Amino acid sequence: MSVCDRCLLPEGVEEILPEEAFRLESLRRRILDLYAGWGYDLVIPPLIEYLDSLLVGSSHDLDLQTFKITDQLTGRMMGLRADITPQVARIDAHLVAQRGEDAADIPLRLCYSDHVAHTRPRGLLASRVPIRIGAELFGHAGIACDIELICLMHETLREAGVDEVFIVLGHVGIFRSLVKAAQLSADSENELFNALQRKAYGEIEQLLEAHVADDDIRRMLSELSRLSGDESVLPAALEAFRDAPGSVLKEIHELEAIAAGVKQRLPAASLGFDLCELRGYEYHTGIVFAAYTPAYGRALAQGGRFDDVGQSTGRMRPASGFDADLKVIARLSRHPLLRGKAVSAPASEDPALQALIGQLRAEGERVIVDLDSTDSPQERLRLQGCDRRLVQKNGVWQVHSLA
Amino acid sequence: MTASNYQKIVIALTKGRILDEVLPLFEEAGIAPLEDIHVSRKLIFDTTVPGVQIMVIRGSDVPTYVEYGSADIGVVGKDLLMEHGSEDFYEPLDLKLARCRLMTAAPVGAAPVQGRMKVATKFANITKRYFAEQGIQIDVIKLNGALELAPSMGLADIIVDIVDSGNTLKANGLEPLALIEPISSRVIVNKAAMKMKHAVIRPLLERLGKAVEARQ
Repeated sequence: MSVCDRCLLPEGVEEILPEEAFRLESLRRRILDLYAGWGYDLVIPPLIEYLDSLLVGSSHDLDLQTFKITDQLTGRMMGLRADITPQVARIDAHLVAQRGEDAADIPLRLCYSDHVAHTRPRGLLASRVPIRIGAELFGHAGIACDIELICLMHETLREAGVDEVFIVLGHVGIFRSLVKAAQLSADSENELFNALQRKAYGEIEQLLEAHVADDDIRRMLSELSRLSGDESVLPAALEAFRDAPGSVLKEIHELEAIAAGVKQRLPAASLGFDLCELRGYEYHTGIVFAAYTPAYGRALAQGGRFDDVGQSTGRMRPASGFDADLKVIARLSRHPLLRGKAVSAPASEDPALQALIGQLRAEGERVIVDLDSTDSPQERLRLQGCDRRLVQKNGVWQVHSLA
Repeated sequence: MTASNYQKIVIALTKGRILDEVLPLFEEAGIAPLEDIHVSRKLIFDTTVPGVQIMVIRGSDVPTYVEYGSADIGVVGKDLLMEHGSEDFYEPLDLKLARCRLMTAAPVGAAPVQGRMKVATKFANITKRYFAEQGIQIDVIKLNGALELAPSMGLADIIVDIVDSGNTLKANGLEPLALIEPISSRVIVNKAAMKMKHAVIRPLLERLGKAVEARQ
């Protein structure tokens, strides 16, 4: 093995160097402070846990994304988490259990920011060790909860200094109701789902023609595939789904009310709709939302309702939430987020000097002790990130700028 | 007139023969490059629509540019799309151009292979997926051209390739066996772009769709 091979990191795995680390940590603190202000409490779930609890009720996709290891203490399989949301849902279930049945309908707000690991990168140039930051609200099924989360997602990106945020709303319940009414086989449902995900209109029409017998349902599924764009989508959807089965109309009205609520709080926000956006279809149960910006070809932050996730823990609590990749946000942030320059102090045990150093540090200055000498060349100090130095003049220590 | 970020569109087209068929379609949809693409050495061109640019690149690079969002819209053959894996962008329109078939082909009259079969192809991903679905064990030999030679040189038992008239196969003693997928040029759209820039992209797709229909 050559030296070069030894120092190479695996594909999609990167280390974060001081400048970038400072940016990430500054943003992380800003965002977590924002969440604290909205009443979201920070939790820190473990990096690894038993696979059966980590993956309970989750999608096949998440299973493939999860690194697996054997626990040497018990021989059981453990997983390195690929997603934090299921862990937070479990924390909610435990907390509710501790608080007793009376607390079952009291909302709980939790947030997190930590690494996850993916076996395969999610998309081109994506990191396999992203840092996810997100917020979840448990115990409330109403639209007030979704409006709060969409606004908080918007606020997260604003606080992070991402310009031109575009929010897209959808609702997986509409497709779910229609496809149930269409009585498709599992295979053809899967094919239709794939074609819808790609908006491959030609294929969608062919599949509907071949597999859906009911004319009305076929027409509605076909219209659903094209219901995306600006606010005009909702009236068009109400018209198209006038005689729709199940709860479709209720779901569109829900979407309408949520959009109105968001518009009222964020009058300047750009809102779009995509009624056949089926991202996370396996675990989302209602509204889904995502944030985009023109400088980035993917969703920046995404979330939605996942009311069934607690099923496996024995406690069905309504839940909604979102998360974002901190590294991506940091790349798009317009904030400079640069560390301030430091003061260099000579290596001396003079009590007056030590007192001044302590005072400067208490005031928030960075003071770097010049370990080697009392009079290093200025260039050497600059390379250590200093733009000032402590100098003794007439027996008094003073801060002087580097020339 | 300056275009806002929501109106700026980059369209990635495949260079080569297919460009002569695709550009007229875009012209009918109201978008034409401001200079002659065939003469200029540039790779990206302004168009008659402010904010809309056309870039001309290799077909196999089109999905990459569109997936990453460097280009909002692309035109690329279904074969390259399937090889790239097409979960990451929308595929709303079939231009019905450059039609051909992706097929398996073997030496005329060759007996079926017992055990693991050697398959030569440019399309390693599609080939693996196709034979896995058939439950057939294969070894893929990835080649970049002149696939028709592989069986006669003993490199492979069969090949997976694009078949147009079938004349190249015939000239090299091969015959087409099974159809894997009918191929034609498709319009693909970056998912984020489709959501943010729908005000520009949807009308463009509609006009392209009409131009395609008019030709059938």
